[in-house]
Amino acid sequence: MSGSLLFKGIDEPHLNTLEVYERRGGYSSMRRALSMPAEAVLNELLASGIRGRGGAGFAMGKKVSFLPKGSIDKYLVCNADESEPGTFKDRELMQKSPHMLIEGIVIAAHAGQLNHSFIYIRGEYAEQATILEAAVAEAYAAGYLGENILGSELSLPLVVHRGAGAYICGEETGLLDSLEGKRGNPRLKPPFPAIQGLYQGPTLINNVETLCTVPHIIAMGGDEYAKLGVETSTGTKLVSVSGHVQRPGNYEIELGTPAREIIYDLAGGPPAGRAVKLWFPGGSSSPVLTADELDLPYDFNTLAKAGSMLGSGAIIVVDDSTPVLDVALKLAKFYRHESCGKCTPCREGTNWTVRMLERIELGEATPMDLDIMASVQDQIIGNCLCVLGDAMAMPIGAMIKRFRGEFEAHMEAAQLAGSASGSSSALAAQGAL
Amino acid sequence: MSAAGRRAKRSRADAASQTGSPAAAAEAESIERRRVRHARIPRYAHGSRVPGWDDAADLTKDPSELPDPAQVDVPRALRLEIEAAMAKYPDSRSAALPALAAAQRVHGWCSPEAIEQAACVMALTPGYLTAVATFYDMFEMHPAGKHAIYVCTNISCSLCGADELHAAISSAVDGDPDFNVRSFECLGACDIAPMASVNGIYVGPISLDEVDALIDDLREDRSPLPARQLNRRPSTDAGANDFPGGTPADQRPENGGPS
Repeated sequence: MSGSLLFKGIDEPHLNTLEVYERRGGYSSMRRALSMPAEAVLNELLASGIRGRGGAGFAMGKKVSFLPKGSIDKYLVCNADESEPGTFKDRELMQKSPHMLIEGIVIAAHAGQLNHSFIYIRGEYAEQATILEAAVAEAYAAGYLGENILGSELSLPLVVHRGAGAYICGEETGLLDSLEGKRGNPRLKPPFPAIQGLYQGPTLINNVETLCTVPHIIAMGGDEYAKLGVETSTGTKLVSVSGHVQRPGNYEIELGTPAREIIYDLAGGPPAGRAVKLWFPGGSSSPVLTADELDLPYDFNTLAKAGSMLGSGAIIVVDDSTPVLDVALKLAKFYRHESCGKCTPCREGTNWTVRMLERIELGEATPMDLDIMASVQDQIIGNCLCVLGDAMAMPIGAMIKRFRGEFEAHMEAAQLAGSASGSSSALAAQGAL
Repeated sequence: MSAAGRRAKRSRADAASQTGSPAAAAEAESIERRRVRHARIPRYAHGSRVPGWDDAADLTKDPSELPDPAQVDVPRALRLEIEAAMAKYPDSRSAALPALAAAQRVHGWCSPEAIEQAACVMALTPGYLTAVATFYDMFEMHPAGKHAIYVCTNISCSLCGADELHAAISSAVDGDPDFNVRSFECLGACDIAPMASVNGIYVGPISLDEVDALIDDLREDRSPLPARQLNRRPSTDAGANDFPGGTPADQRPENGGPS
């Protein structure tokens, strides 16, 4: 639980300026890394065992090692699109310590021998983008970006690219298309971005938090970093806790901390008199867990074993005052809105799931609709170019499985209410949407 | 219901409308009502990313062409901004989003004129840029008020009363064309739920009785609810104050609370 790394002293005033960041020892990891051969830096990353903090949890060192060798144009893209509902850790990092991210980018670029870099930040983060741009300008002026950084072989331009509001652009290939100035439609994989990504060149894509951790790995040494956390999930993790908790916010924990400690001790638990009904362990795309699973250690493998995932590290807590149907409907409407429309199972599946949930809400559904809805979720999973559809199908499927009784009770109650008052006004209201 | 069952029900309904039995007539009416409802809901209403996907193509229209620089008058500042953006990327087309954002700032929305100007500088067709612009939520494809209020209504915020906040802001604005109030997908600020992005500034948590003050601030060109702005908010993490001169973790005030 202790072991504050990324967030250590992050509230220090003016940490976003180069002066304060360097006074605290900033950019010393970059100097150290640039004095090491690229392979040695890569070995530190591999030894650290750090897994991507954006959602998929893929080992970062491995990702870097997949990049082809040779002196062709290779790109580093920092995914700062952070649009997974419930996630807001990257926002705080970029706002308060933008130089930590820049330092991580330079070190990662050295490890992978990359010669162009971009930060794709979501358009809504206007304040953070402005802070980043100022920090990038300072880093250029200090010679930490641009040609032959600190006299080394490494030359690295860095462009802050603002998105314009689309969840799918957080998906790595959708992000690449968007960065190329297109609609953000995901691409077929393989080829994976490490082989053919931005402008068809080899591309390393990493989340903000992952890259922010890199300077700390170099400072501590990969082996030392790997001692934090648990065996398959090393290091610390920023967890965004939100929803029905008394102290919502970002907390840095050591991976493997029990979820109950995060939700109750750190975030204060649900308001007095209410109890946790369900929680999303890793953003709204992760299958929901119930109060019975609060004692699970919070790490990648344990959550996967429990049928969910750590995802982006965003815990959303829903207490017993909220019907599960409301949560499901909110969720499904979000994914319907954000589906890019390219793959049929996702475009149609999200749309029909919303309609079926609305039927349940209006008391027009039969118990069979639940089965149909569950089967729709099964047919989305794994059948699209990207995982947006899966991101709806997994939590909705889990909700139907775990809260079937509540759905059925709601259907019956709504049917009774509908036949008593006539549901035509509700229907009309619905139609007006 | 199976397809056969549905067919049977429909034929029963058709028969009922002829025979006039009350129960059958009621059923027919309910089916008719559903049909009407389904017909009335555009399939991808509310934020489709494929607008006009089922409209027929207009074959009488000329194919979109590159705007003629001699014919299109682009404001100098806009041209310079777009050209500077294009120069930053290995492939200038990557500047499509910054170019559209710049054009939208000048024109207030992505009007055909705005898109034509951006297309002219980038040497792309207006059709291409329109296709790009319609994909992204932050590009306004219709005239929009100058004050953009995006109310986050995703899960975490709605658990904390975002739908009520959206309704309250909408009614406080009361159709004023200066305001562009939208319910928006997760803005990445669930720690200050319920919240809104007000002209790009994150504000929250906003209680319902602060809504009028928020609107007044905007009407009088003041910074929106300064005390509620995200950038003044300290971190909730105990380690965040671990710097010389920082307040030790155990002496810190609580960081806000639930509504």
